[in-house]
Amino acid sequence: MKTLLRYAPLLILAIGWELVARLELVSNDALPPLTQVATAWLDLIRDGDLVPNGLASLWRGAAGLGLAIAIGGALGILMARWKAVNVIFGPLVEMFYPVPKSALIPVTVIWLGMGNGSKILLIALGCMIPVTIGAFNGARAAEQTLIWSARSMGADRLRTLWDVVMPSALPELLNGIRTALALAFILLVSSEFIAAQDGVGYLISSLGDDGNYASMYAVVLTVALCGFAADRLYQMFMQRMLIWRL
Amino acid sequence: MAAVDVAPSPELPSARALHTTLRLGARVGSIVVLLVAWELLARSGLFTSFQLPRLSDVLARIWHDALAGDLALNTAVTIGRAMLGFAIAAVAGVVLGLAISRLAVARWFFDPIVSIGFPMPKIAFLPVIILWLGVYNTAKLTMIVFDAIFPVIAATVIALQGVERELIWSARNMGASERQLLWQVMLPAALPQIMTGLQVALPLSLIVAVFTEMKMGGYGLGAAMETAARFANSVGVFAGIVEISVVGYVLVKAMALIRRRLLIWHQEAAESSGT
Repeated sequence: MKTLLRYAPLLILAIGWELVARLELVSNDALPPLTQVATAWLDLIRDGDLVPNGLASLWRGAAGLGLAIAIGGALGILMARWKAVNVIFGPLVEMFYPVPKSALIPVTVIWLGMGNGSKILLIALGCMIPVTIGAFNGARAAEQTLIWSARSMGADRLRTLWDVVMPSALPELLNGIRTALALAFILLVSSEFIAAQDGVGYLISSLGDDGNYASMYAVVLTVALCGFAADRLYQMFMQRMLIWRL
Repeated sequence: MAAVDVAPSPELPSARALHTTLRLGARVGSIVVLLVAWELLARSGLFTSFQLPRLSDVLARIWHDALAGDLALNTAVTIGRAMLGFAIAAVAGVVLGLAISRLAVARWFFDPIVSIGFPMPKIAFLPVIILWLGVYNTAKLTMIVFDAIFPVIAATVIALQGVERELIWSARNMGASERQLLWQVMLPAALPQIMTGLQVALPLSLIVAVFTEMKMGGYGLGAAMETAARFANSVGVFAGIVEISVVGYVLVKAMALIRRRLLIWHQEAAESSGT
């Protein structure tokens, strides 16, 4: 009941949408009724348009984000612990940070074509920066006394890195990954809008081009809800990972 | 918090100057190395000139665009569009954030919408926006505002929640009116976090501005770049990257500068001035 009241505004929006469309206050091309969108969604699932395209996008997003986390996380921690690494890569990260990542779409297409490679590269490049910055800030904040203690008790450098620096870098690192997760969705969809032969972004574009607006709305809402759900799931995961803190 | 201060070796002024020079040198150095590596890689024949055009060709192209006046026009259009969208998102976001944190009705209505809307990839709505508003300026601006407003709202709400109660109580106690309380206590105290929200929104505005230009055409750096890409003109594409990156760099740096100016009274300014 309480949740119902809390999410009532969304219900109101949905009902408002349905009414506006049914009463044809705006043309049904611009805003098909929500119920029609729902049936279009079911059709898309049954026809098998949504699932393969969704899986194609999921693979690109996961691969790109995975690369970004692995490379960005390692880079950030190394930058925080070794001065030489910081001197070399620090300025590059700083220079790359404000680049509007959507500008990289045409370049990745030139390098790797219209397929999976260009999207994965784009997402990896774009998402690396927040992960690196998170890992860097977190690892730098590791208490020096703890590191010294670990070292004096005979832990080698790698062991110290893994057992002392990593845990204290974790909160900021996980926050950086959260930013990267949101960015991955943006980059995925925008690159598929510009140049792709499959994927959810491509599906939205092609449905829109065909004038199939109810289906287009269905896919748009699906992508939006997936983005929301991914963030919520990630937040839950983050809380689990940081349960030892407090 | 740190029990032991790490390496606070007494630095002489000259040593310090040397240190900053070295750091600046390293910074410029690694960027120069990157650029030289670009030029050499392009000349080495490992890549075709389509995959990686020479930096010198790209710079020549930028110079050519600058002389023809295209560069100034496109840059002005992109910056103008991104900044206008950002400004609308900033003002509307702060107002909405204020409303959410002070009016129960607004909180009830907007809270679930913001909590769902913030993590959503808004860019997916681009075709819907095109359907409604066409491909011209209004549509692009709407998309920018739609994307940039959520971090501002979220930051404002969190910032206002975090204002110390003692501050508010003391102000009330000393007879501040609601309006004075808002302008002289709540907003200044919330400013650091609101600025953080704005610093997230600014690069977002630019990303979306460039992307909408790429997708919808017209003038602007993104549109020029996409046109070059369609004609397989990779020098034009790389020139676009360089131009857009410079714009992004300047805007983000300017924002950081504004933050430092605005928050000069705040303790974070004192903390960061040391490093």
